[in-house]
Amino acid sequence: MATAEEVAKAAERRDVRDRWLLSAPALLVILFAATGPLLIVLVYSFLTPGAYGDVKWQFSADAWTSVFLERDIFDDTLSLAAAHVTIFWRSIKLAVVTTLATLALGFPTAYFMATRSEKTRDLWLFLITIPFWTNLLIRTFAVLQIIRNEGIVNTILLKLGIVSAPIQILYTDTAILIGMAYVYLPLMVLPIYASMEKLDFRLVEAGYDLYATRFKVLRKIIFPLVKPGVIAGSILVFIPALGAYVTPSVLGGGKNMMLSNLIELQFGQGRNWPLGSALSITVMIIVMAALLAYVRNAGKSGVRHG
Amino acid sequence: MNWKTTATAMGLALLASTGLARADGVLNIYNWGNYTSPDVIKKFEAKYNIKVTITDYDSNDTALAKVRQGGTGFDIAVPSQTYVPIWIKEGLVQETDPGQMENAKNIAPEWANPDFDPGRKYTVPWAWGTIGVVVNTDAYKGPANTWGIIFNTPDELKGKTNVVPEMGDVMFAAIKYVGGQQCTNDKAVLKKVRDLLVAAKPNWIAMEYNTIEKMGAGDFKATSDWNGSALRQRLANPAIHFNYPKEGYGLWSDNVVVLKEAKNVENAKLFQNFIMDPENAAGLSAFHRYANAITGSDKYMPADMKDAPEVVIPADAKPLGELQQMCAPETQELYTKIWTELQK
Repeated sequence: MATAEEVAKAAERRDVRDRWLLSAPALLVILFAATGPLLIVLVYSFLTPGAYGDVKWQFSADAWTSVFLERDIFDDTLSLAAAHVTIFWRSIKLAVVTTLATLALGFPTAYFMATRSEKTRDLWLFLITIPFWTNLLIRTFAVLQIIRNEGIVNTILLKLGIVSAPIQILYTDTAILIGMAYVYLPLMVLPIYASMEKLDFRLVEAGYDLYATRFKVLRKIIFPLVKPGVIAGSILVFIPALGAYVTPSVLGGGKNMMLSNLIELQFGQGRNWPLGSALSITVMIIVMAALLAYVRNAGKSGVRHG
Repeated sequence: MNWKTTATAMGLALLASTGLARADGVLNIYNWGNYTSPDVIKKFEAKYNIKVTITDYDSNDTALAKVRQGGTGFDIAVPSQTYVPIWIKEGLVQETDPGQMENAKNIAPEWANPDFDPGRKYTVPWAWGTIGVVVNTDAYKGPANTWGIIFNTPDELKGKTNVVPEMGDVMFAAIKYVGGQQCTNDKAVLKKVRDLLVAAKPNWIAMEYNTIEKMGAGDFKATSDWNGSALRQRLANPAIHFNYPKEGYGLWSDNVVVLKEAKNVENAKLFQNFIMDPENAAGLSAFHRYANAITGSDKYMPADMKDAPEVVIPADAKPLGELQQMCAPETQELYTKIWTELQK
């Protein structure tokens, strides 16, 4: 006779087994769809490039060395891969500036939306999501039509006589930033709005009652309370901005490579798949490091406020 | 009873699908985007009762990588001359011996026995062209038959010149400009090339493929480009001219091959023969706007292409053209480094 304890144990075992079986499909999908390709990238980064693309199954750490070090093709000296560092730095800088720009634009937008009446809020939310209905490339080309020399902005400025020759915006860093801020703005607004919507505005009133200035209310009450949204928004903008490909190419003119262009070069005309793989993983490591640092910092200051 | 209904429905569906594809066969073409004349395809479909599907690719590297993986279902691909030897060497294509086909007699003599496929054992010419310098003469009136427009940009064109970012083409042009041979790995020449490119870049406005629209709108006043693209630009704006650089310019040719994994080999061979017919070759040209290497096709060419200086190379520029080759992998590696240095 089985004791009650044994029966309970068996039931528990069954329960555990059922749980595993039920979650197996999801786990398999995650394993193969998410981890699998990444593993291939990792393996490829340790192989030898094939003569015309593809890889040779021969171990080599060359790809990893050439991510950071380069042998000068003319005087054969080994030095820090200055070109790679420049390109990495350009992409990181762009991602940071894009995050700051979308934050500066997105925070007031979210505040505005959250302070509308409940009925109109849905309308504003709907308007913010409209750009997602179209493809990224098309949105970028729309920006191009606005800022190009024969575009809307320059035509209006010329007609009004404010400028005598069109302002060259297209193919400058400003153009890239305008495009990036436009494309990624909704990703910043939505999480901040989600936090802002839950904000108890009586706290804001209480702040004013206690003679806090507007700035103080913003800094000491609103900002700490919507901080999770700001963090989520920054992460959502920073990561894709780091790998941005279409927007910098179309609006920047492709003269200066971004990280993504450098990686694409290795898989295309450069025919060095291992280097491309190693560069991709380096990007992932940078993103992960940035995230850890950011979340940790955010967590610490959060405790202080709590 | 239920399974019977299902079975009947499935049977009917099968019947319907075979009814839809009543053609005697199919042919799956893998080609560059916006490159295949729908009219010529319709004619081919009607003549042989074959249903044709077309899938696009955007670079030789993409096409090669995909076909290497296998299982594509494509019967035909159209690699450039630089890549054809790789396709042959790696056993990706079938020896269909188009040189012996009925219409092979139409291949122009200078294209009948090319280095990349001696005796035309695998390939049929699809299109060929040149890479030169395009200038809007409203902006610059000086002599433009030189790579100097790109690498030593005249003041009028500074900040208005574009370079099409094809690494191989740009390296070819820069090496020619400093007086070297294509695919050179001579460090002295390459150093000159690197310095030339780095010094030239500040005068460029962009490195883009989208030249037809940007030259048309006036964002660019000069660009390096393919001749067919230049033709479209001139038709939109007569002030835009294509120039054959005196330092030497590159020739290219795209070629139809039958894949080893092709399931419809006979249909593919029919197609190879079909496009060597002068009228059909002219039909292809009318769409992709490049020359076709088929003798007698000029009769059927559209009027705006017959004497177009972009398509018919002027006699004095003819000897300056040189078929571009695939450089050795080690050389390619040097070029990639210079290219990265240029675009960093």
